[in-house]
Amino acid sequence: MNKKKVKQKLISYKNAPGSAVLAGLVFLASLITFAALFFLIVYLLIKGIPHLSLDMFALHYTTENVSLLPALINTVIMTVLALLLAVPLGIFSAIFLVEYAGKGNKFVEIIRLTTETLQGIPSIVYGLFGLLFFVTTLKWGMSLLAGAFTLAIMILPLIMRTTEEALKSVPDSYREGSFGLGAGKLRTIFRIVLPSAVPGILAGVILAIGRVVGETAALMYTSGTVAEVADSVMSSGRTLALHMYALSSEGLHTDKAYATAVILLVLVIGINSLSTIIAKKISKGNENGED
Amino acid sequence: MRALSEKLMRGVFFIAACTSVLAVALICIFLFTNGVPAMKEIGFIEFLTGTTWRPNNDIYGIFPMILGSIYVTAGAVLIGVPIAILTSVFMAKYCPKKIYPFLKSATELLAGIPSVIYGFFGIMVVVPAVRSLGRTLKLAGVLRSSGDGNSILTASLLLGMMILPTIIGVTESAIRAVPSHYYEGSLALGATKEQSIFKVVLPAAKSGLIAGVVLGIGRAIGETMAVIMIAGNQPRLPKGIFQGVRTMTANIVIEMGYAAGLHREALIATAVVLFVFILLINFSVALLKRRSEYE
Repeated sequence: MNKKKVKQKLISYKNAPGSAVLAGLVFLASLITFAALFFLIVYLLIKGIPHLSLDMFALHYTTENVSLLPALINTVIMTVLALLLAVPLGIFSAIFLVEYAGKGNKFVEIIRLTTETLQGIPSIVYGLFGLLFFVTTLKWGMSLLAGAFTLAIMILPLIMRTTEEALKSVPDSYREGSFGLGAGKLRTIFRIVLPSAVPGILAGVILAIGRVVGETAALMYTSGTVAEVADSVMSSGRTLALHMYALSSEGLHTDKAYATAVILLVLVIGINSLSTIIAKKISKGNENGED
Repeated sequence: MRALSEKLMRGVFFIAACTSVLAVALICIFLFTNGVPAMKEIGFIEFLTGTTWRPNNDIYGIFPMILGSIYVTAGAVLIGVPIAILTSVFMAKYCPKKIYPFLKSATELLAGIPSVIYGFFGIMVVVPAVRSLGRTLKLAGVLRSSGDGNSILTASLLLGMMILPTIIGVTESAIRAVPSHYYEGSLALGATKEQSIFKVVLPAAKSGLIAGVVLGIGRAIGETMAVIMIAGNQPRLPKGIFQGVRTMTANIVIEMGYAAGLHREALIATAVVLFVFILLINFSVALLKRRSEYE
């Protein structure tokens, strides 16, 4: 059977040699795409893992031992701050868009347009804006707080969009049921709609964490590049991605740069996979629910 | 009491929804009020078309940087777009069901890798490769100077790789959105699989494909860290693809750390030009999306 199929295919290719070439190109292109990804990851892992050592996790950064622990701690603080700002804002705006604003509302169109604009703005423009507004105009200086506000604006559209989709996927019958039992709109949103949308929102939030952890250009001139753990949110501190950039542009600690790259890569891949897994669970859950 | 809290929360949700509008407004205001006066002082024409960038002598012409961004982006598109579209054809029409989930998450992975990591990979792998290619070509007499590997070609290769997932994501869903009877009808008329895909399905998915490409262009032109690490960053008109180049994004990051006065404002003005480019790109994506929705 299979042989027959292959034979048939070969005959059809003989009649249309152009098709064979196109098929070949399709396979070649996909090979290039996935080989490039595979090569990048495997190359960094092979070069980096042997250089992983415990002294990279020393509490203090010195010029001899370019420890990444301070940067890692700053990254965690930065992520928490940015999420504290962006998650409530993003969820609330999505609630307004889905639950309150009517269809074809002019204001909704404007918000759509602005979030799409925000999504397309390159991170360096965010960084420059953060420098002009938070660091200079508000006189916060280069600080974790200025960096976190900048990043919060950057991840806001991502959280809004994923929350919007999650809210939209909650069946209307849930809302109608809740209204029918006498619950108000607010109660319906917080007790019925939001809880069923949690996994979708969570997947978006985790994706946003991935972006915060990997961000460099927006932070360079907002949170600064001090290599120590920041003592307060008003002092400067570099995140792991900035640490990685500093190491590779200095060119002095190539081995350490490889090892840092491994940790950053594994962290980001781990975060993104977590988000995908959660998103997959939801779609499976929905299928089961419909049965 | 209940009516009050309902109204109050409605207000809170509304204010939250306004923040994104506020953010865009603030970004525009701060960039334009800081950048445009500098452009006026330097002269719009001189600023945009001047080929010399020498902040020490107060000469600010960003034409080399505009060209640099365009060259690098064009290179990335030339390399990335054919590969991305063919890969999305594979994902939508050829990929066996069993390995599809793995490949799909692989493209998502590619999208999530931070640009510093790409840049570091570029320094360690792509730059040396391009350097030795340049030397070989110089020995063969094709090139006059080999360059040191930090070049337009290097940046195009790396950016071409970085925009793959952006384009694949959009084009794959565009291809899948084409009604399957188009494809089946073509097969039934005796066309081969490839003829059906390339002559029937892809033309039908055209606006989606273009949207994907434009999105990729936006990502390439705005990319900063990876480009700084590998493009050489010389602020002059490049003479060949093996020569170094500085993009607008690189110009901002490299000099912002120590710039003051008019120099600093000229850098912000560079960001204004970049921002206008991006707005144009976003606008065309929005138009394309509308059009594909109406079709």
